[in-house]
Amino acid sequence: MTRYVMVADLNRCVGCQTCTAACKHTNATPPGVQWRKVLDVEWGEYPDVQRLFMPVGCQHCADPPCMHVCPSTATGQREDGIVTIDYDLCIGCSYCTVACPYQARYKVDRPEFAYGDEPTETEAKRFDPRTIGVAQKCTFCSDRVDAGLEQGLKPGVDPEATPGCVNSCIADALSFGDLEDENSNVSELLAENTWFQMHAELGTEPGFYYLWDKEPPATQGDMHNADD
Amino acid sequence: MNAFGNLLQTQWDWRAAGNFMFGGCGGALVFMAALMFFPWQDGIPLLTIGLPALALVGMGLLLVWLEIGRPWRFLHVFLHPQTSWMTREASVAVLLFPATLAAFVLEAPALFAAAALLGLVFLYCQGRILRASKGIPAWREPAVVPLIVVTGLAEGAALLLVLLIFWPASLSWTLTPLLSIVAVLLALRLIAWRHYLRQLAANNAPPAALKILQGIDAVQVVLGNALPLLLLVTALAVPALRDPLALLAAVLAMAAGWALKFVLIARAAKVQGYALGELQRGRPTIKPPVRREKDRFVFSRD
Repeated sequence: MTRYVMVADLNRCVGCQTCTAACKHTNATPPGVQWRKVLDVEWGEYPDVQRLFMPVGCQHCADPPCMHVCPSTATGQREDGIVTIDYDLCIGCSYCTVACPYQARYKVDRPEFAYGDEPTETEAKRFDPRTIGVAQKCTFCSDRVDAGLEQGLKPGVDPEATPGCVNSCIADALSFGDLEDENSNVSELLAENTWFQMHAELGTEPGFYYLWDKEPPATQGDMHNADD
Repeated sequence: MNAFGNLLQTQWDWRAAGNFMFGGCGGALVFMAALMFFPWQDGIPLLTIGLPALALVGMGLLLVWLEIGRPWRFLHVFLHPQTSWMTREASVAVLLFPATLAAFVLEAPALFAAAALLGLVFLYCQGRILRASKGIPAWREPAVVPLIVVTGLAEGAALLLVLLIFWPASLSWTLTPLLSIVAVLLALRLIAWRHYLRQLAANNAPPAALKILQGIDAVQVVLGNALPLLLLVTALAVPALRDPLALLAAVLAMAAGWALKFVLIARAAKVQGYALGELQRGRPTIKPPVRREKDRFVFSRD
């Protein structure tokens, strides 16, 4: 069995947003849609202020609430744990969006491009009219993973079989791999470091792990995203 | 928990709120009418009660239809009854229309019973739709289910009261007991509302959401429940003033219920936000993906 997960090392991430840009380039998502983004998180009071950068997106939960609520069965789950959306089935009701505790889902109602009405070359190549009016989110670059597997490559090791955001990370903060394989890169990272899952208390079993070595502040409201 | 970034969700706006306001009230009206006129020997007036109830449910569904991104795929909403409360709500609505129409036209007791049950289940589905929305703390709170059900019933009973005042049914004796029922439902709604607020605070709801809901607390308690309750008690005690007092009480009760749902859906729906979690050490215990039978068929590479 295979369980693909992503590991983000918050001790390494420098908040450069290269993964964000790589994701947008790879998937040609429209303006305002960021399947991968990095939060600029601050907390504390001057002079004792702390800051970290936190990549977020679809967590490809083992028990995804978006899939359970979806009335059309458009949201599904692959054998390897990747949560999928069938654009031809989705009715765009956004129930999955309000069910997702990770703010990972988007819906756009009309084609929009980065520079006006005309798509760039990449946008023209990657534009999929089926995504208009329906839910969309990070796919863990499942097309790259599948294409790589067909060539006998190993996702998370071979760049051709690895999500674009992971390939682009300048700080080696993002890793992708098979958690079922105890010798994989992600298994070793989690075995050797302290980590957390976001909103684990909700029982979603996210497939996104954060390496971090400090306890979070105890009081709600202390932290904020500097971009909000 | 130290969640941050609790912004307002904008995917479900006033149109979604309209479904909860009108649909819930309509479903409850079917239930309350059937309850009040039991054992349905003389039937229930279709024109003055049945059609308004279905019109409300229909208006709610129409508003949802206007909100979805691919409206002409609406039939896909019926594809996931196994776990989706939206599918279940839509399925119940589809049965509610013919069952209610048939009950009112044919005046068949069994059909009235079926319509009443469907109206109640429709209302319950609405509560569960919110409960399943894990991304919105103000909705996923379990106490939202009794709140949605009891406020829907209070609105439905209040609307029935209004309809019976304007168009007295053949069974005019129902008006006085209906006053008592609305009063009891308002008392229950008050309890459900305060319980919901307490639970929300206890479960660390986003402060902004809590502030908005607490901001309408006084209006809900005084104008939405206590004052109509007082008016209903007075109406029961002073028969000469029964109709005007009951009418005012019913309008207040309905307006409060609709306002509550509008605020809950369109104003207090702050998202879960982001957070750091509790630190763990060692290779995690892996929970296999839940998946569905259909997924196993489609994606299996075996």
